Amino acid sequence: MSTLTSDLTQELDAAAAGAAPTRRGRASRGRGGRQVRSRFGRAGLYTVLIVLLVVVLIPFIWMLSSSFKHDNQVLSVPVQWWPSEFVWSNYSDIWKQIPLAGYLGNSAFLSVVITLLQVLTGSFAAYGFSKIRFPGRDALFLAYIATIAVPWQAYMIPQYIMMQKVGLTNTFWSLILLQAFGAFGVFLMRQYYTTIPDELSEAARIDGLNDYGIWARIILPLSKPALASLALLTFVNTWNDYMGPFIYLSSNNLWTVQIGLRSFIGQYSAQYALIMAGSVVSIIPILLIFLLGQRYFIQGIATSGMKG
Amino acid sequence: MTTTAERPARGGSVGKGAPARNGATQSKRMRRKAILVGWSFILPNFVGFALFTLIPVIAALVLAFMNWDSYNAPTWAGVGNFTRMLGDENFWIALQNTFLYALGHVPLTLAIALGLALLLNQKLRGIAFFRVAIFFPYITSLVAVAIVWNMLFNPTTGPVNQFLHLIGIADAPGWTASTTWALPAVIITSVWRDMGYYMVLYLAGLQAIPQEYYEAAEMDGAGRWHKFWNVTVPCLRPTTFFVLVMLSVSSFKVFDLIIVMTQGGPGRATTVLSQLIYQDGIVQGQFGYSSAISLVLFLIVLVITVFQFKLQQRRER
Repeated sequence: MSTLTSDLTQELDAAAAGAAPTRRGRASRGRGGRQVRSRFGRAGLYTVLIVLLVVVLIPFIWMLSSSFKHDNQVLSVPVQWWPSEFVWSNYSDIWKQIPLAGYLGNSAFLSVVITLLQVLTGSFAAYGFSKIRFPGRDALFLAYIATIAVPWQAYMIPQYIMMQKVGLTNTFWSLILLQAFGAFGVFLMRQYYTTIPDELSEAARIDGLNDYGIWARIILPLSKPALASLALLTFVNTWNDYMGPFIYLSSNNLWTVQIGLRSFIGQYSAQYALIMAGSVVSIIPILLIFLLGQRYFIQGIATSGMKG
Repeated sequence: MTTTAERPARGGSVGKGAPARNGATQSKRMRRKAILVGWSFILPNFVGFALFTLIPVIAALVLAFMNWDSYNAPTWAGVGNFTRMLGDENFWIALQNTFLYALGHVPLTLAIALGLALLLNQKLRGIAFFRVAIFFPYITSLVAVAIVWNMLFNPTTGPVNQFLHLIGIADAPGWTASTTWALPAVIITSVWRDMGYYMVLYLAGLQAIPQEYYEAAEMDGAGRWHKFWNVTVPCLRPTTFFVLVMLSVSSFKVFDLIIVMTQGGPGRATTVLSQLIYQDGIVQGQFGYSSAISLVLFLIVLVITVFQFKLQQRRER
């Protein structure tokens, strides 16, 4: 848990500085945030923050507590925040009621493959867009940016027709092909690469490295934080994606955990406790990844948001 | 920036002995090499991007003017799909719901995210923990979030209405079971989910404000409120602009939350444009008509973005 208490202020500053290195001096001077002076004020502030925290996290608290109850206790009046008796069997039953292990496996497979492809092709393309100057480059990059602004819903029909024509609907291929080459990854990595001074790659070139060598041995190791941001954001987005699997995957054995869970509610809408246990299981991988890499999430959002 | 294309050209001009013509062909060759190397980096991503994003975007534009169901060959429809839309009650209801959703989601999320960022922009032990916890709903799976909130909103025995009864509201709303309250229920859920993300953007914006501005304002005798309006708000303008654009675009694209929480119901109370595109296009196979609806959705998003951009420019002047 020590990573949680590390100061986010510094990370946000690092991200801001990374996005606009010329303003680094200004950003570091502005780091402060407000100082809280009086002891009384500080106690009051902590009280406010704790109340806020509880209010925001109530759905999770309720989800966790319900997952240990009997079905008929979940929606009891008055609300029972602490289960009167812990029904641990919910967590073993859920694996038997639905093929949860299979769903989790499918989600993990898709998330890993899509993340790998996105990070690899995205960072490779970003090098071309930021470190090599050639005619038509900027126009091409504009096409990338423009499609980020187009809502996905606007072109999901042609995508679907294409996949249908080549017979890839109801396979993992459709989702991998549609999601692994997103413009967002190229954009995020390019933003970061432009902050790496060209002198570094020039020096490497004089030492005899070609562009591929510079990418692999200079730029890639330098961009670890950005790579981590992109990888984590892509992984979580793919894991949580509902639309894609909902449209493309119809066979039960291909379903991801999101689709599996949704269909479980459809079939057994009164098994509240089991539904909650399944929800908790579906969140745990995300929670673990988030706790391990939370600073990269926040950096990634601050960098891509603050377009440098 | 020195690039492979420029370097040899410079080298050519330094080497005075080389004839001008020779230098020109050499530079042309290096230029061609730069193009080749540049494209080789971009190509692996570009093939996928062009096939699965760029071409579909262009195809959607064309499809909007065609008649095409999944059985018959496509024919030119002109503006036929758009005139059909004018008389389609489902379209108008979905359009209205989408706007109502945005009208609730955008200002609420913006205000709460800014409030949270101001509150959490303090030097305080453990403040990072609070920020991370408030950000967490944004990355939890939407299905789990929708399921929990659906139960919390249960009209008779859900914790939300139990709380409302407790504070003396006798006729608490029916939330997802009622046609009037289903949309507010969806909006509350989405605000709760998104506020952490926009809070992070605002925190980054707040921390880029130089401390000197506040010190200068203090020397002029400015109070808290005064400092907020005259330093914080103007300095946050670029962030607010970005947040507004992102929020409105995401509001008009809303789909999965609604599909999981209410499936557009009860009745058509929460049906939105994206859902209509999915329903008409992928379920019923009316590719042309649903593409026309998606073009309308795209135009709305475009107009709002351009409008906010103009507004931002005028304020900066």
